[in-house]
Amino acid sequence: MAKRIEVSDLNIYYGNFLAVEGVTISIEPRSITALIGPSGCGKSTFLRSLNRMHEVLPGARVEGKVVMDGHDLYGADVDPVDVRRQIGMVFQRPNPFPTMSIYDNVVAGNRLNNRRMKKSEADELVEKSLRGANLWNEVKDRLDRPGSSLSGGQQQRLCIARAIAVEPDVLLMDEPCSALDPISTLAIEDLMAELKDRFTIVIVTHNMQQAARVSESTGFFNLSGVGQPGRLIEFNPTEKIFSNPDQKATEDYISGRFG
Amino acid sequence: MSTAVQSAPERPAPQSAVRSRRRLPRLAPLGLYLAGIALGAGLSALTGFGVVSTVIYGVLLGTLAVYVVTRAVEGPRKATDRLVTCLVTTAFGLAMVPLVSLVWTVLDNGLPRLDGQFFTNSMFRVVGEGGGAYHAILGTLIITALATLISVPIGLMTAIYLVEYATGRLKRSITFFVDVMTGIPSIVAGLFAFALFTLLFGNDVRMGVMGAVALSVLMIPVVVRSCEEVLKLVPNELREASYALGVPKWRTVVKVVLPTAIAGLGTGITLSVARVVGETAPLLVTVGLITGTNLNPFDGRMATLPVFAYYQLTQPGTATQAFLDRAWTAALVLIILVMALNVVARLISRFFAPSTGR
Repeated sequence: MAKRIEVSDLNIYYGNFLAVEGVTISIEPRSITALIGPSGCGKSTFLRSLNRMHEVLPGARVEGKVVMDGHDLYGADVDPVDVRRQIGMVFQRPNPFPTMSIYDNVVAGNRLNNRRMKKSEADELVEKSLRGANLWNEVKDRLDRPGSSLSGGQQQRLCIARAIAVEPDVLLMDEPCSALDPISTLAIEDLMAELKDRFTIVIVTHNMQQAARVSESTGFFNLSGVGQPGRLIEFNPTEKIFSNPDQKATEDYISGRFG
Repeated sequence: MSTAVQSAPERPAPQSAVRSRRRLPRLAPLGLYLAGIALGAGLSALTGFGVVSTVIYGVLLGTLAVYVVTRAVEGPRKATDRLVTCLVTTAFGLAMVPLVSLVWTVLDNGLPRLDGQFFTNSMFRVVGEGGGAYHAILGTLIITALATLISVPIGLMTAIYLVEYATGRLKRSITFFVDVMTGIPSIVAGLFAFALFTLLFGNDVRMGVMGAVALSVLMIPVVVRSCEEVLKLVPNELREASYALGVPKWRTVVKVVLPTAIAGLGTGITLSVARVVGETAPLLVTVGLITGTNLNPFDGRMATLPVFAYYQLTQPGTATQAFLDRAWTAALVLIILVMALNVVARLISRFFAPSTGR
């Protein structure tokens, strides 16, 4: 189910602008990997390149290798749509489909791909996914209400339910808690801890305490100046990063000396 | 007016940014304005009373009175505020004059013949009084429906292409040519359809569908423009959410983008229909007019409301008044039709808008 992702020498471009340079990283299965760093250092860009969402933007391209399960995700014969079916994503702002009910939002991944499901199968999937996202008890009586009727934290958990309903191998989370209050954040962090038994989770966060709380490994991204590409400065177990980092820059960032 | 001014409170320390100022009572500006208008009426009576001169004098004097008194009592900033309020209100009033006058005139002249006969009879073998626009109403509906049938798929797909797929030079040139098309005079669109069908079917060809093609030429750019704006409003996050679920792009467009935008698309399309339903010139040169009922848009001339009104007005028979009455009533029916379309557009945007459920 959960899979390892090996990234080697990844350069990420926006047009001719090199945004992220030379990232080599190995993301362990069944664990949470956190990416931290100052704004604009390319951690979100890197995250989006893992499921080929980066190239959705015009002019965006990637050089290098992202290997999952022995397959290069950027190989010539790989369809980005297939990649995204295996690597799900949760975004910074909760984005449930406004035209769909809570129920339809959860089965959206299947319905939009025209996968036929019996009513009972769909019901089961909805309950399983919503339970997986710790949302079932809150919404089970109003599954036919619009997804946008929920609070921000509930919407974000609905988006997580929607992402795990398609049974991906990897779950990418791009600052999933930055728009949420501490209680909703806690709910999502608890959820991540549960989900890591089934998925490989990569999370981008600005909140260093969050990275320290939830992740097993942490990658620190930084850029040497405006207009310069972002780089992966250090990638180590979270404990080491937060107690005894190898790099001076990491220590400065974590101790709040810059960024 | 001095009674309207409240006594000035004691002035607090000058350092304080927040202090109470002398204020006019709430209704004072309106009273001043009305007093100015009354004064204008008096002034106009001196030079021989007239409605137009009363309004002009009254508005000028009213504005002046409000400005001067406010400036004296409340200071220059409030005075400028009131002055601009007066100017904006006057501009609004000016803009309403033609609309109200037009609706009034058309109602006044058109209502007498707005009877059952007008909706059930054609002009077949009618040379004097009586007769109706049954054939023209149906003709307008058929030709407009056909034009919609042609324009909406082309226009909507162009808009989808522009928003979701096109990049660079091709996108810019399509946008440019759509803008150019928006400015095509309607008679040119009519001549285009006329020339096209003459080339295809030979001389003297007359069909309802010619008119539909001419109207489409006018309608497509409007549809493209309005749909494009609406599609641009769909948040990119929804597209990305869909891609991240492994949904291909075309399915994202069909199942996420279009349903989210459906209210705006419906409104835009309905308004573009309203835009062409009253076109006269292109129909005049393409479908012409007949007195009998022809419901087949692929064979022979058809009657339409605008052309019907035009001919009733320009070529009245012996019973001139009957023809004039029919022209006015045709115009009234056309206005009602356009208004109904606008109401439909409103309803569409209300009922199809994604509900927040709060």
